[in-house]
Amino acid sequence: MTRRAAFAVAGQAFGGVAAAGVLLPVVGFAVAPIFDRPEERWEAVGPVDAFSDDTYRQAVITLRDGIGEAGKTTVYIRRGNPSRFEGESADEFIAISTRCAHLGCPVRFVEAAGSFICPCHGGVYDFEGKVLGGPPVRPLDRFQTRVRDGQVEVGPRYSVTNSLKPVRSRDPGEFTGGIWEYLYPPRPSTPPAP
Amino acid sequence: MPNLVPKALRKPGKPGEGNGALSPEKLKEAPVDLVGWVDERTGASPFLTGLLFRKVPKGTNWYYTLGSATLFAFLVQAITGVFLAMFYVPSPVEAYGSITHITNDVFLGEFVRGMHKWGATTMIILIFLHMARTFFFGAYKYPRELNWVIGVVLIILTLVMGLTGYLLPFDQRSYWATIVAMNITATGPILGPYLADFLRAGAEFEATTLSRFYALHMMLVPGLIIALIGAHLYLVVKLGTTAPPWVRAESKPKSLREEKV
Repeated sequence: MTRRAAFAVAGQAFGGVAAAGVLLPVVGFAVAPIFDRPEERWEAVGPVDAFSDDTYRQAVITLRDGIGEAGKTTVYIRRGNPSRFEGESADEFIAISTRCAHLGCPVRFVEAAGSFICPCHGGVYDFEGKVLGGPPVRPLDRFQTRVRDGQVEVGPRYSVTNSLKPVRSRDPGEFTGGIWEYLYPPRPSTPPAP
Repeated sequence: MPNLVPKALRKPGKPGEGNGALSPEKLKEAPVDLVGWVDERTGASPFLTGLLFRKVPKGTNWYYTLGSATLFAFLVQAITGVFLAMFYVPSPVEAYGSITHITNDVFLGEFVRGMHKWGATTMIILIFLHMARTFFFGAYKYPRELNWVIGVVLIILTLVMGLTGYLLPFDQRSYWATIVAMNITATGPILGPYLADFLRAGAEFEATTLSRFYALHMMLVPGLIIALIGAHLYLVVKLGTTAPPWVRAESKPKSLREEKV
């Protein structure tokens, strides 16, 4: 190798190191939130007695602090109903997310129909949140619940399969269960399924 | 051995000796106007005359102005965007208030915001008309394929501008449209969920989602667009434009044969 070629290689190597020294931290900075899991939030939504097992009561909870309305969402909560639904117990509370499993519009519970209806593209879910019709690809998400000091508390979000088996929270529009658990891999930004 | 370097590019002589010295007569010829002063120091005039007085083929018509029209629309967006940024606050709590302030209170605010809003739609329409013109006139063929590719990237970046700009007013429509767009992104297999997390800066609509969109909308993507417009225009000037398909090449077998010689 000639002296000239050696200097050319060295010069380019220094340039590359300098460029990487700027670009890698910047890209890492932008990508970091993918790997960041926010602290779990539990929010009291009302006393245990306030919830019945044959209809939902709605509450507004905060998902992200400090950004006003944009960080809040509505949840529908009821007591477990073992006589109507297998696998539920009367001691547990079920919190259904209003985030439509099609593309994330807000669904509402229609008392008369006993079902959840999405205004955007006509998704309909039954009392348990299972899909009755329209484009949604899976049942409505749920939130973990617990009872503290006589208050029902709502915690992190999780998704469910068509048979209501809990899986890690995923975005709307993504199928759950079976091969889809691999095609939509778990994200570090969400807590594991309960 | 004869000197092959053209005279203009030869090393000038030292001051005070030979040809390099400015004789009093030459000094009188020196340009005294501003353009001449700049040109003497930049040598920009051959480049500029080549750019502004380049030849265009027979049959060039109004359809050939669609690219310039798109460029003008982009410039309108760039200029109005810079001034909107003076009043806009990219915080989820204050964004909507700052937009209503611009629209209702700031002098000519509604007009400048209107230019930016309608200019965005205009730019999208013009860029697709420009693409259609290029396609139907066959102007994407050799040797202009690379320019077509750059143009397609520019269309994608323009759509990214539309997507990221749509969130900024932060009203109900912006918010839900962005939620839906992020969720569509997330439905891509394998990478989709991570890409959506990247765009949102997290798993839900996060505190920094809006500022992330704002940074993309007014820094990153415009920078890329300006760089690619530069490359796009360089190739247009370098390669020239094509004649419309209905203008036939005049067949002059005789002259062709003459040229061969």
